[in-house]
Amino acid sequence: METIRIGNASAFWGDSNDAPARLVEQAPDLDYLTLDYLAEVSMSILAKQRERDPAAGYARDFVGVVASLARFWKSGRKLRVVTNAGGLNPAGCAEACAQVLRNAGCRNLRIGIVGGDDVLPEIRAALGANSHTREFAHMESGSPIETIRESLVTANAYIGAAPMVDAIQKGADLIISGRVADPSLTVAPCVAHFGWKTDDFQRIAGSTVAGHLIECGTQVTGGISTDWLDLDIRNIGYPIVEVSADGSCIVTKPLGTGGRVSEQSVKEQLVYELGDPGRYLSPDATVSFLTLNVEDQGNDRVRVSGATGSPPPEQYKVSATYRAGYRAAGMLTIVGRDAVAKARRCGEMVLNRLRAAGSEPQRYQVECLGSGDAIGQVAQTDSAGLLETVLRISVFDPRKEIVERFTREIAPLVTSGPQGTTGYAEGRPPVREVFGYWPTLIPRAKVKPQVQLIEV
Amino acid sequence: MPAIRLGDIAYARSGDKGAGANIGVIAREPRGYEILKNHLTTDLVERYFAPLQPGKVIRYELPNLGALNFILPQILDGGGSVSLRTDAQGKALGQAILELRLEIET
Repeated sequence: METIRIGNASAFWGDSNDAPARLVEQAPDLDYLTLDYLAEVSMSILAKQRERDPAAGYARDFVGVVASLARFWKSGRKLRVVTNAGGLNPAGCAEACAQVLRNAGCRNLRIGIVGGDDVLPEIRAALGANSHTREFAHMESGSPIETIRESLVTANAYIGAAPMVDAIQKGADLIISGRVADPSLTVAPCVAHFGWKTDDFQRIAGSTVAGHLIECGTQVTGGISTDWLDLDIRNIGYPIVEVSADGSCIVTKPLGTGGRVSEQSVKEQLVYELGDPGRYLSPDATVSFLTLNVEDQGNDRVRVSGATGSPPPEQYKVSATYRAGYRAAGMLTIVGRDAVAKARRCGEMVLNRLRAAGSEPQRYQVECLGSGDAIGQVAQTDSAGLLETVLRISVFDPRKEIVERFTREIAPLVTSGPQGTTGYAEGRPPVREVFGYWPTLIPRAKVKPQVQLIEV
Repeated sequence: MPAIRLGDIAYARSGDKGAGANIGVIAREPRGYEILKNHLTTDLVERYFAPLQPGKVIRYELPNLGALNFILPQILDGGGSVSLRTDAQGKALGQAILELRLEIET
Protein backbone atom coordinates (compact mmCIF):
# COMPACT_ATOMS: atom_id res chain seq x y z
CA MET A 1 0.00 0.00 0.00
CA GLU A 2 1.31 3.43 -0.91
CA THR A 3 2.26 5.50 2.10
CA ILE A 4 3.76 8.88 2.83
CA ARG A 5 6.41 9.01 5.53
CA ILE A 6 6.31 12.01 7.85
CA GLY A 7 8.66 12.52 10.79
CA ASN A 8 8.83 14.95 13.68
CA ALA A 9 12.09 16.07 15.22
CA SER A 10 11.04 19.08 17.29
CA ALA A 11 8.30 18.93 19.90
CA PHE A 12 8.75 22.47 21.19
CA TRP A 13 11.18 25.37 21.21
CA GLY A 14 13.92 23.91 23.36
CA ASP A 15 13.99 20.41 21.89
CA SER A 16 17.33 19.09 20.62
CA ASN A 17 18.68 21.10 17.68
CA ASP A 18 20.67 18.05 16.51
CA ALA A 19 17.58 15.87 16.20
CA PRO A 20 16.32 17.00 12.76
CA ALA A 21 19.53 16.21 10.85
CA ARG A 22 19.94 12.97 12.80
CA LEU A 23 16.41 11.80 11.95
CA VAL A 24 16.87 12.67 8.26
CA GLU A 25 20.13 10.73 8.29
CA GLN A 26 18.56 7.72 10.03
CA ALA A 27 15.48 7.64 7.78
CA PRO A 28 16.64 7.86 4.15
CA ASP A 29 13.09 7.39 2.82
CA LEU A 30 11.52 10.19 4.88
CA ASP A 31 9.26 12.36 2.68
CA TYR A 32 8.43 15.16 5.10
CA LEU A 33 9.94 16.47 8.31
CA THR A 34 7.66 18.45 10.66
CA LEU A 35 9.11 20.72 13.34
CA ASP A 36 6.96 22.31 16.05
CA TYR A 37 8.26 25.36 17.92
CA LEU A 38 5.24 27.13 19.36
CA ALA A 39 3.71 26.57 22.78
CA GLU A 40 0.74 28.58 24.00
CA VAL A 41 2.64 31.60 25.26
CA SER A 42 5.64 31.38 22.89
CA MET A 43 4.17 34.20 20.83
CA SER A 44 4.56 36.63 23.74
CA ILE A 45 8.27 35.78 24.03
CA LEU A 46 8.61 36.38 20.29
CA ALA A 47 6.76 39.68 20.67
CA LYS A 48 9.33 40.84 23.25
CA GLN A 49 12.16 39.91 20.90
CA ARG A 50 10.47 41.78 18.06
CA GLU A 51 10.13 44.90 20.23
CA ARG A 52 13.92 44.98 20.52
CA ASP A 53 14.54 44.05 16.87
CA PRO A 54 11.81 44.35 14.18
CA ALA A 55 13.60 41.67 12.08
CA ALA A 56 13.15 39.13 14.90
CA GLY A 57 9.95 37.45 16.11
CA TYR A 58 10.54 33.86 14.92
CA ALA A 59 12.26 30.77 16.37
CA ARG A 60 15.90 31.56 15.62
CA ASP A 61 16.99 28.02 16.47
CA PHE A 62 15.22 26.87 13.32
CA VAL A 63 17.66 28.80 11.09
CA GLY A 64 20.49 26.75 12.58
CA VAL A 65 18.48 23.58 11.97
CA VAL A 66 18.05 24.57 8.31
CA ALA A 67 21.82 25.03 8.08
CA SER A 68 22.26 21.49 9.45
CA LEU A 69 19.87 20.14 6.79
CA ALA A 70 21.49 21.97 3.84
CA ARG A 71 23.80 19.08 3.02
CA PHE A 72 20.82 16.79 2.30
CA TRP A 73 19.28 19.20 -0.19
CA LYS A 74 22.69 19.84 -1.73
CA SER A 75 23.15 16.13 -2.32
CA GLY A 76 19.90 16.12 -4.28
CA ARG A 77 17.70 14.50 -1.68
CA LYS A 78 14.00 15.31 -1.98
CA LEU A 79 13.01 16.37 1.50
CA ARG A 80 10.29 18.76 2.51
CA VAL A 81 10.20 20.52 5.86
CA VAL A 82 6.97 21.85 7.39
CA THR A 83 7.24 24.06 10.47
CA ASN A 84 5.53 26.76 12.54
CA ALA A 85 8.93 28.30 13.38
CA GLY A 86 7.82 31.51 11.64
CA GLY A 87 6.06 32.62 14.81
CA LEU A 88 5.13 36.29 14.46
CA ASN A 89 7.39 36.82 11.47
CA PRO A 90 7.32 33.92 8.97
CA ALA A 91 8.63 36.17 6.17
CA GLY A 92 11.64 37.23 8.26
CA CYS A 93 12.28 33.61 9.18
CA ALA A 94 12.11 32.59 5.51
CA GLU A 95 14.57 35.32 4.50
CA ALA A 96 17.03 34.18 7.15
CA CYS A 97 16.67 30.55 6.01
CA ALA A 98 17.11 31.51 2.34
CA GLN A 99 20.33 33.30 3.23
CA VAL A 100 21.68 30.33 5.15
CA LEU A 101 20.82 27.96 2.29
CA ARG A 102 22.44 30.21 -0.32
CA ASN A 103 25.57 30.45 1.81
CA ALA A 104 25.63 26.65 1.99
CA GLY A 105 25.52 26.43 -1.80
CA CYS A 106 21.92 25.21 -2.13
CA ARG A 107 20.06 26.31 -5.24
CA ASN A 108 16.64 25.71 -6.80
CA LEU A 109 14.81 25.45 -3.52
CA ARG A 110 11.50 27.14 -2.89
CA ILE A 111 10.25 28.43 0.46
CA GLY A 112 6.54 28.80 1.16
CA ILE A 113 5.58 31.45 3.68
CA VAL A 114 2.22 30.98 5.40
CA GLY A 115 0.74 33.94 7.27
CA GLY A 116 -2.56 35.53 8.09
CA ASP A 117 -2.92 34.00 11.55
CA ASP A 118 -2.35 37.33 13.33
CA VAL A 119 -5.81 38.52 14.43
CA LEU A 120 -4.72 41.27 16.82
CA PRO A 121 -6.01 43.94 14.36
CA GLU A 122 -9.48 42.30 14.35
CA ILE A 123 -9.58 42.31 18.15
CA ARG A 124 -8.45 45.94 18.33
CA ALA A 125 -11.07 46.88 15.72
CA ALA A 126 -13.83 45.11 17.68
CA LEU A 127 -12.76 46.92 20.87
CA GLY A 128 -12.56 50.22 18.98
CA ALA A 129 -16.11 49.81 17.71
CA ASN A 130 -17.48 48.80 21.11
CA SER A 131 -15.27 48.58 24.17
CA HIS A 132 -17.83 46.33 25.88
CA THR A 133 -17.90 43.88 22.95
CA ARG A 134 -18.95 40.31 23.77
CA GLU A 135 -16.68 39.05 21.01
CA PHE A 136 -13.35 37.45 21.99
CA ALA A 137 -14.49 36.62 25.54
CA HIS A 138 -12.25 34.16 27.42
CA MET A 139 -13.27 30.64 26.34
CA GLU A 140 -13.17 29.18 29.84
CA SER A 141 -14.10 32.01 32.21
CA GLY A 142 -16.30 34.07 29.89
CA SER A 143 -14.53 37.31 30.92
CA PRO A 144 -14.84 40.10 28.32
CA ILE A 145 -11.78 40.99 26.21
CA GLU A 146 -11.82 44.56 27.57
CA THR A 147 -10.38 43.12 30.80
CA ILE A 148 -7.00 42.83 29.05
CA ARG A 149 -7.42 45.63 26.52
CA GLU A 150 -4.43 47.63 27.76
CA SER A 151 -2.17 44.62 28.24
CA LEU A 152 -2.79 42.63 25.03
CA VAL A 153 0.45 41.52 23.36
CA THR A 154 -0.42 38.97 20.67
CA ALA A 155 -3.46 37.21 19.24
CA ASN A 156 -3.11 34.43 16.70
CA ALA A 157 -5.64 32.05 15.20
CA TYR A 158 -4.83 28.36 14.93
CA ILE A 159 -5.29 28.08 11.17
CA GLY A 160 -5.49 24.74 9.42
CA ALA A 161 -3.66 22.80 6.73
CA ALA A 162 -5.13 24.53 3.64
CA PRO A 163 -2.51 27.28 3.05
CA MET A 164 0.32 24.81 3.69
CA VAL A 165 -1.23 22.41 1.15
CA ASP A 166 -1.27 25.29 -1.30
CA ALA A 167 2.42 26.00 -0.67
CA ILE A 168 3.35 22.31 -1.12
CA GLN A 169 1.38 22.11 -4.36
CA LYS A 170 3.23 25.19 -5.61
CA GLY A 171 6.48 23.31 -5.14
CA ALA A 172 7.69 24.59 -1.78
CA ASP A 173 10.47 22.51 -0.22
CA LEU A 174 10.37 24.44 3.04
CA ILE A 175 7.01 25.56 4.42
CA ILE A 176 7.30 28.16 7.17
CA SER A 177 4.14 29.20 8.95
CA GLY A 178 3.14 31.19 11.99
CA ARG A 179 0.48 29.85 14.33
CA VAL A 180 -1.18 26.76 12.85
CA ALA A 181 -2.80 23.87 14.68
CA ASP A 182 -0.02 21.41 15.55
CA PRO A 183 -1.56 18.35 13.81
CA SER A 184 -2.07 20.42 10.64
CA LEU A 185 1.70 20.28 10.05
CA THR A 186 1.12 16.56 9.32
CA VAL A 187 -2.31 16.88 7.71
CA ALA A 188 -0.98 19.27 5.03
CA PRO A 189 1.53 16.84 3.45
CA CYS A 190 -1.12 14.07 3.44
CA VAL A 191 -3.75 16.23 1.73
CA ALA A 192 -1.20 17.47 -0.82
CA HIS A 193 0.16 13.99 -1.52
CA PHE A 194 -3.06 12.01 -1.74
CA GLY A 195 -5.15 14.83 -3.22
CA TRP A 196 -7.88 14.49 -0.59
CA LYS A 197 -10.78 16.89 -0.90
CA THR A 198 -11.01 19.45 1.93
CA ASP A 199 -14.33 17.92 3.02
CA ASP A 200 -12.97 14.36 3.09
CA PHE A 201 -13.20 14.51 6.88
CA GLN A 202 -12.76 10.79 7.40
CA ARG A 203 -9.28 10.67 5.90
CA ILE A 204 -8.34 14.09 7.27
CA ALA A 205 -9.34 12.83 10.72
CA GLY A 206 -6.95 9.91 10.36
CA SER A 207 -4.05 12.17 9.44
CA THR A 208 -4.99 14.54 12.28
CA VAL A 209 -4.55 11.63 14.70
CA ALA A 210 -1.20 10.87 13.04
CA GLY A 211 -0.21 14.50 13.57
CA HIS A 212 -1.38 14.45 17.18
CA LEU A 213 0.77 11.36 17.77
CA ILE A 214 4.05 12.84 16.46
CA GLU A 215 3.67 16.52 17.34
CA CYS A 216 5.40 16.02 20.70
CA GLY A 217 8.38 14.18 19.24
CA THR A 218 9.80 11.50 21.51
CA GLN A 219 6.74 11.46 23.77
CA VAL A 220 5.41 8.70 21.49
CA THR A 221 8.67 6.74 21.33
CA GLY A 222 9.12 6.17 25.06
CA GLY A 223 9.75 9.67 26.41
CA ILE A 224 7.80 10.41 29.63
CA SER A 225 6.34 6.90 29.50
CA THR A 226 4.96 5.52 32.77
CA ASP A 227 7.39 2.61 32.42
CA TRP A 228 10.32 4.79 31.29
CA LEU A 229 12.80 3.08 33.61
CA ASP A 230 12.24 -0.24 31.84
CA LEU A 231 13.19 1.23 28.44
CA ASP A 232 16.59 1.83 26.90
CA ILE A 233 16.24 5.53 26.24
CA ARG A 234 19.82 6.20 25.13
CA ASN A 235 19.89 7.65 21.61
CA ILE A 236 16.08 7.82 21.64
CA GLY A 237 14.55 7.81 18.14
CA TYR A 238 12.19 10.53 16.96
CA PRO A 239 8.86 9.38 15.53
CA ILE A 240 7.76 8.68 11.97
CA VAL A 241 4.21 8.06 10.78
CA GLU A 242 3.61 6.12 7.58
CA VAL A 243 0.22 7.45 6.51
CA SER A 244 -1.89 5.46 4.02
CA ALA A 245 -4.37 6.80 1.45
CA ASP A 246 -7.26 5.90 3.78
CA GLY A 247 -5.82 8.11 6.55
CA SER A 248 -4.72 5.27 8.82
CA CYS A 249 -1.08 5.21 9.87
CA ILE A 250 1.73 3.17 11.30
CA VAL A 251 3.74 4.88 14.03
CA THR A 252 7.39 3.88 14.05
CA LYS A 253 10.95 5.17 14.54
CA PRO A 254 14.28 4.59 12.79
CA LEU A 255 15.95 1.21 13.12
CA GLY A 256 18.66 1.01 15.76
CA THR A 257 17.49 3.98 17.82
CA GLY A 258 16.55 3.94 21.50
CA GLY A 259 13.14 4.13 23.10
CA ARG A 260 10.16 2.05 22.01
CA VAL A 261 7.02 2.40 19.92
CA SER A 262 4.42 0.08 21.45
CA GLU A 263 0.72 -0.14 22.14
CA GLN A 264 1.49 1.56 25.46
CA SER A 265 3.58 4.41 24.03
CA VAL A 266 0.92 5.15 21.41
CA LYS A 267 -2.03 5.00 23.82
CA GLU A 268 -0.19 7.25 26.28
CA GLN A 269 0.31 9.87 23.59
CA LEU A 270 -3.23 9.52 22.24
CA VAL A 271 -4.60 10.76 25.58
CA TYR A 272 -2.01 13.55 25.96
CA GLU A 273 -3.73 16.93 26.43
CA LEU A 274 -6.97 15.28 25.34
CA GLY A 275 -10.34 16.85 26.14
CA ASP A 276 -13.60 15.20 25.03
CA PRO A 277 -12.38 12.12 23.09
CA GLY A 278 -15.56 12.15 21.01
CA ARG A 279 -14.86 15.69 19.79
CA TYR A 280 -11.18 16.44 19.28
CA LEU A 281 -11.38 19.89 17.70
CA SER A 282 -8.99 20.89 14.95
CA PRO A 283 -9.37 23.47 12.15
CA ASP A 284 -9.26 20.67 9.53
CA ALA A 285 -11.82 18.29 11.06
CA THR A 286 -13.58 17.31 14.25
CA VAL A 287 -12.24 13.89 15.20
CA SER A 288 -13.68 11.11 17.32
CA PHE A 289 -11.05 9.01 19.11
CA LEU A 290 -13.80 6.60 20.24
CA THR A 291 -13.54 4.50 17.09
CA LEU A 292 -9.74 4.29 17.01
CA ASN A 293 -8.08 0.92 16.83
CA VAL A 294 -4.50 0.47 18.04
CA GLU A 295 -2.66 -2.63 16.83
CA ASP A 296 0.89 -3.42 17.92
CA GLN A 297 2.61 -5.18 15.01
CA GLY A 298 5.89 -5.60 16.87
CA ASN A 299 9.35 -4.25 15.97
CA ASP A 300 8.40 -0.71 16.98
CA ARG A 301 5.48 -0.58 14.54
CA VAL A 302 1.97 0.26 15.75
CA ARG A 303 -0.99 0.68 13.41
CA VAL A 304 -3.62 3.30 14.30
CA SER A 305 -6.83 3.23 12.27
CA GLY A 306 -10.54 3.93 12.50
CA ALA A 307 -10.67 7.67 13.24
CA THR A 308 -14.08 9.20 12.60
CA GLY A 309 -14.17 12.66 11.08
CA SER A 310 -16.81 15.35 10.82
CA PRO A 311 -16.69 19.04 9.84
CA PRO A 312 -14.48 21.32 11.94
CA PRO A 313 -15.94 24.05 14.19
CA GLU A 314 -17.29 27.19 12.53
CA GLN A 315 -14.74 29.24 14.42
CA TYR A 316 -10.98 29.15 14.74
CA LYS A 317 -9.45 28.93 18.16
CA VAL A 318 -7.35 31.99 19.01
CA SER A 319 -4.48 32.11 21.46
CA ALA A 320 -4.05 35.66 22.78
CA THR A 321 -1.41 36.68 25.31
CA TYR A 322 -1.25 39.65 27.64
CA ARG A 323 1.14 41.18 30.14
CA ALA A 324 0.07 39.83 33.51
CA GLY A 325 2.89 40.93 35.83
CA TYR A 326 6.14 39.50 37.19
CA ARG A 327 7.30 36.47 39.07
CA ALA A 328 10.36 34.88 40.62
CA ALA A 329 11.11 31.60 42.37
CA GLY A 330 13.92 31.08 44.85
CA MET A 331 15.23 27.78 46.18
CA LEU A 332 17.32 26.68 49.16
CA THR A 333 18.18 23.21 50.41
CA ILE A 334 17.47 22.50 54.08
CA VAL A 335 19.31 19.50 55.55
CA GLY A 336 18.84 17.91 58.97
CA ARG A 337 16.31 16.75 61.51
CA ASP A 338 12.83 18.27 61.07
CA ALA A 339 13.94 19.56 57.67
CA VAL A 340 10.40 20.14 56.43
CA ALA A 341 9.26 21.98 59.57
CA LYS A 342 12.36 24.17 59.35
CA ALA A 343 11.76 24.89 55.66
CA ARG A 344 8.16 25.88 56.31
CA ARG A 345 9.25 28.28 59.05
CA CYS A 346 11.75 29.82 56.59
CA GLY A 347 8.87 30.35 54.18
CA GLU A 348 6.93 32.19 56.90
CA MET A 349 9.98 34.29 57.83
CA VAL A 350 10.42 35.57 54.30
CA LEU A 351 6.75 36.43 53.99
CA ASN A 352 6.82 38.27 57.33
CA ARG A 353 9.84 40.31 56.27
CA LEU A 354 8.11 41.29 53.03
CA ARG A 355 4.99 42.28 54.96
CA ALA A 356 7.03 44.36 57.41
CA ALA A 357 8.62 46.17 54.47
CA GLY A 358 5.20 46.87 52.93
CA SER A 359 6.11 44.62 50.01
CA GLU A 360 3.75 41.68 50.34
CA PRO A 361 3.29 40.11 46.89
CA GLN A 362 -0.17 39.45 45.52
CA ARG A 363 0.50 35.71 45.41
CA TYR A 364 3.01 33.77 47.52
CA GLN A 365 3.64 30.04 47.47
CA VAL A 366 5.88 27.81 49.58
CA GLU A 367 6.73 24.24 48.54
CA CYS A 368 8.94 21.79 50.42
CA LEU A 369 10.07 19.56 47.58
CA GLY A 370 10.69 16.00 48.64
CA SER A 371 7.78 16.06 51.06
CA GLY A 372 5.17 15.54 48.33
CA ASP A 373 4.33 19.23 47.92
CA ALA A 374 4.76 19.17 44.12
CA ILE A 375 1.51 17.20 43.94
CA GLY A 376 -0.23 18.66 46.99
CA GLN A 377 0.83 15.70 49.18
CA VAL A 378 -1.98 13.62 47.69
CA ALA A 379 0.21 10.52 47.50
CA GLN A 380 2.54 10.99 50.45
CA THR A 381 1.79 12.24 53.92
CA ASP A 382 4.64 11.12 56.15
CA SER A 383 7.37 13.72 55.73
CA ALA A 384 8.37 13.99 59.40
CA GLY A 385 11.35 11.70 58.95
CA LEU A 386 12.84 13.46 55.94
CA LEU A 387 16.43 14.57 56.50
CA GLU A 388 16.45 17.02 53.62
CA THR A 389 14.09 19.09 51.52
CA VAL A 390 14.30 21.79 48.89
CA LEU A 391 12.47 24.93 49.94
CA ARG A 392 10.99 26.65 46.94
CA ILE A 393 9.27 30.01 47.34
CA SER A 394 7.59 31.59 44.34
CA VAL A 395 5.80 34.90 44.13
CA PHE A 396 3.76 36.87 41.65
CA ASP A 397 2.85 40.53 41.58
CA PRO A 398 1.81 43.00 38.89
CA ARG A 399 4.54 45.36 40.22
CA LYS A 400 8.09 44.49 39.24
CA GLU A 401 9.65 46.19 42.27
CA ILE A 402 7.69 43.97 44.65
CA VAL A 403 9.05 40.84 43.00
CA GLU A 404 12.57 42.31 42.97
CA ARG A 405 12.31 42.99 46.67
CA PHE A 406 11.42 39.32 47.24
CA THR A 407 14.53 38.12 45.37
CA ARG A 408 16.68 39.94 47.96
CA GLU A 409 15.06 38.13 50.90
CA ILE A 410 16.31 34.60 50.15
CA ALA A 411 20.03 35.07 50.82
CA PRO A 412 19.65 36.29 54.42
CA LEU A 413 18.39 32.80 55.31
CA VAL A 414 21.88 31.44 54.67
CA THR A 415 22.96 32.99 57.98
CA SER A 416 19.65 33.44 59.83
CA GLY A 417 17.95 30.19 58.79
CA PRO A 418 18.31 26.72 60.36
CA GLN A 419 21.60 24.90 60.59
CA GLY A 420 22.01 22.91 57.38
CA THR A 421 20.69 25.63 55.07
CA THR A 422 22.69 25.28 51.87
CA GLY A 423 22.62 25.36 48.09
CA TYR A 424 22.72 29.09 47.42
CA ALA A 425 25.29 28.97 44.59
CA GLU A 426 22.86 30.31 41.98
CA GLY A 427 22.55 33.70 43.68
CA ARG A 428 19.42 35.86 43.51
CA PRO A 429 16.66 34.37 41.39
CA PRO A 430 15.85 36.20 38.14
CA VAL A 431 12.64 38.23 37.83
CA ARG A 432 10.59 37.11 34.84
CA GLU A 433 7.75 38.85 33.09
CA VAL A 434 4.57 36.78 33.11
CA PHE A 435 2.34 36.59 30.06
CA GLY A 436 -1.18 35.38 30.57
CA TYR A 437 -2.91 33.08 28.12
CA TRP A 438 -6.32 34.10 26.79
CA PRO A 439 -8.00 31.45 24.67
CA THR A 440 -10.90 32.69 22.56
CA LEU A 441 -12.66 32.15 19.20
CA ILE A 442 -12.97 33.99 15.91
CA PRO A 443 -15.31 33.34 12.95
CA ARG A 444 -13.43 31.66 10.09
CA ALA A 445 -14.52 34.35 7.63
CA LYS A 446 -12.54 36.99 9.56
CA VAL A 447 -9.24 35.14 9.06
CA LYS A 448 -7.47 35.20 5.69
CA PRO A 449 -4.56 32.75 5.53
CA GLN A 450 -1.96 33.81 2.96
CA VAL A 451 0.79 32.05 1.04
CA GLN A 452 3.84 33.66 -0.48
CA LEU A 453 6.78 31.95 -2.20
CA ILE A 454 10.43 32.90 -2.37
CA GLU A 455 13.23 31.22 -4.29
CA VAL A 456 16.61 30.26 -2.94
CA MET B 1 -11.39 -5.27 51.35
CA PRO B 2 -7.82 -5.27 49.95
CA ALA B 3 -6.53 -2.14 48.29
CA ILE B 4 -4.59 -2.19 45.04
CA ARG B 5 -2.32 0.52 43.75
CA LEU B 6 -3.77 2.01 40.57
CA GLY B 7 -0.30 1.89 38.95
CA ASP B 8 -0.35 -1.91 39.18
CA ILE B 9 -3.27 -2.19 36.77
CA ALA B 10 -2.94 1.00 34.73
CA TYR B 11 -0.52 3.48 33.19
CA ALA B 12 -1.17 7.19 32.69
CA ARG B 13 -0.24 10.48 31.06
CA SER B 14 -1.17 14.03 32.06
CA GLY B 15 -0.79 17.49 30.58
CA ASP B 16 -2.19 21.00 30.78
CA LYS B 17 -5.36 22.37 29.28
CA GLY B 18 -5.38 26.09 30.12
CA ALA B 19 -6.01 26.52 33.83
CA GLY B 20 -6.86 22.84 34.06
CA ALA B 21 -5.26 19.55 33.18
CA ASN B 22 -6.23 16.18 31.83
CA ILE B 23 -5.13 12.77 33.06
CA GLY B 24 -5.53 9.76 30.81
CA VAL B 25 -5.57 6.45 32.70
CA ILE B 26 -5.13 3.33 30.57
CA ALA B 27 -5.67 -0.27 31.71
CA ARG B 28 -2.68 -2.59 31.34
CA GLU B 29 -5.01 -5.57 30.62
CA PRO B 30 -8.51 -5.60 29.04
CA ARG B 31 -10.16 -6.77 32.29
CA GLY B 32 -8.48 -3.90 34.11
CA TYR B 33 -10.68 -1.49 32.19
CA GLU B 34 -13.79 -2.81 33.97
CA ILE B 35 -12.11 -2.13 37.31
CA LEU B 36 -11.22 1.40 36.20
CA LYS B 37 -14.72 2.03 34.90
CA ASN B 38 -16.41 0.77 38.07
CA HIS B 39 -14.04 2.10 40.74
CA LEU B 40 -12.16 5.12 39.42
CA THR B 41 -15.12 7.48 39.69
CA THR B 42 -15.17 11.26 39.30
CA ASP B 43 -15.99 11.50 43.02
CA LEU B 44 -12.95 9.47 44.01
CA VAL B 45 -10.62 11.45 41.73
CA GLU B 46 -12.06 14.76 42.94
CA ARG B 47 -11.55 13.75 46.58
CA TYR B 48 -8.03 12.42 45.93
CA PHE B 49 -6.88 15.68 44.33
CA ALA B 50 -8.82 17.94 46.74
CA PRO B 51 -5.62 19.56 48.19
CA LEU B 52 -4.85 20.87 44.68
CA GLN B 53 -8.39 22.26 44.20
CA PRO B 54 -9.16 20.48 40.93
CA GLY B 55 -12.61 21.98 40.31
CA LYS B 56 -15.53 19.87 39.08
CA VAL B 57 -13.94 16.75 37.58
CA ILE B 58 -15.27 15.36 34.30
CA ARG B 59 -14.70 11.74 33.20
CA TYR B 60 -14.77 10.43 29.63
CA GLU B 61 -14.72 6.72 28.76
CA LEU B 62 -12.67 5.30 25.87
CA PRO B 63 -13.56 1.58 25.90
CA ASN B 64 -11.77 1.10 22.56
CA LEU B 65 -8.47 2.02 24.22
CA GLY B 66 -9.30 0.60 27.65
CA ALA B 67 -8.89 4.12 28.96
CA LEU B 68 -10.55 6.84 31.01
CA ASN B 69 -9.82 10.52 30.47
CA PHE B 70 -10.25 12.91 33.40
CA ILE B 71 -10.51 16.68 33.05
CA LEU B 72 -9.61 18.64 36.22
CA PRO B 73 -10.61 22.13 35.07
CA GLN B 74 -9.05 24.25 37.85
CA ILE B 75 -6.16 22.15 39.09
CA LEU B 76 -3.27 24.28 37.79
CA ASP B 77 -3.78 27.38 39.93
CA GLY B 78 -4.23 29.62 36.91
CA GLY B 79 -2.27 27.45 34.51
CA GLY B 80 0.91 27.44 32.42
CA SER B 81 2.63 30.79 32.75
CA VAL B 82 0.61 32.17 35.68
CA SER B 83 0.77 29.23 38.11
CA LEU B 84 3.38 29.47 40.87
CA ARG B 85 3.61 25.73 41.31
CA THR B 86 6.61 23.59 40.44
CA ASP B 87 4.25 21.46 38.36
CA ALA B 88 2.63 24.39 36.59
CA GLN B 89 1.78 22.26 33.56
CA GLY B 90 0.35 19.21 35.28
CA LYS B 91 3.10 16.89 34.05
CA ALA B 92 3.28 15.11 37.42
CA LEU B 93 -0.44 14.41 37.84
CA GLY B 94 -0.22 11.11 35.93
CA GLN B 95 2.35 9.82 38.42
CA ALA B 96 0.23 11.19 41.28
CA ILE B 97 -2.95 9.37 40.27
CA LEU B 98 -1.10 6.04 39.88
CA GLU B 99 -0.46 6.10 43.66
CA LEU B 100 -4.19 6.09 44.33
CA ARG B 101 -5.42 2.96 46.16
CA LEU B 102 -8.57 1.25 44.91
CA GLU B 103 -10.55 -0.89 47.31
CA ILE B 104 -11.90 -3.74 45.24
CA GLU B 105 -13.19 -7.25 45.81
CA THR B 106 -10.80 -9.77 44.31
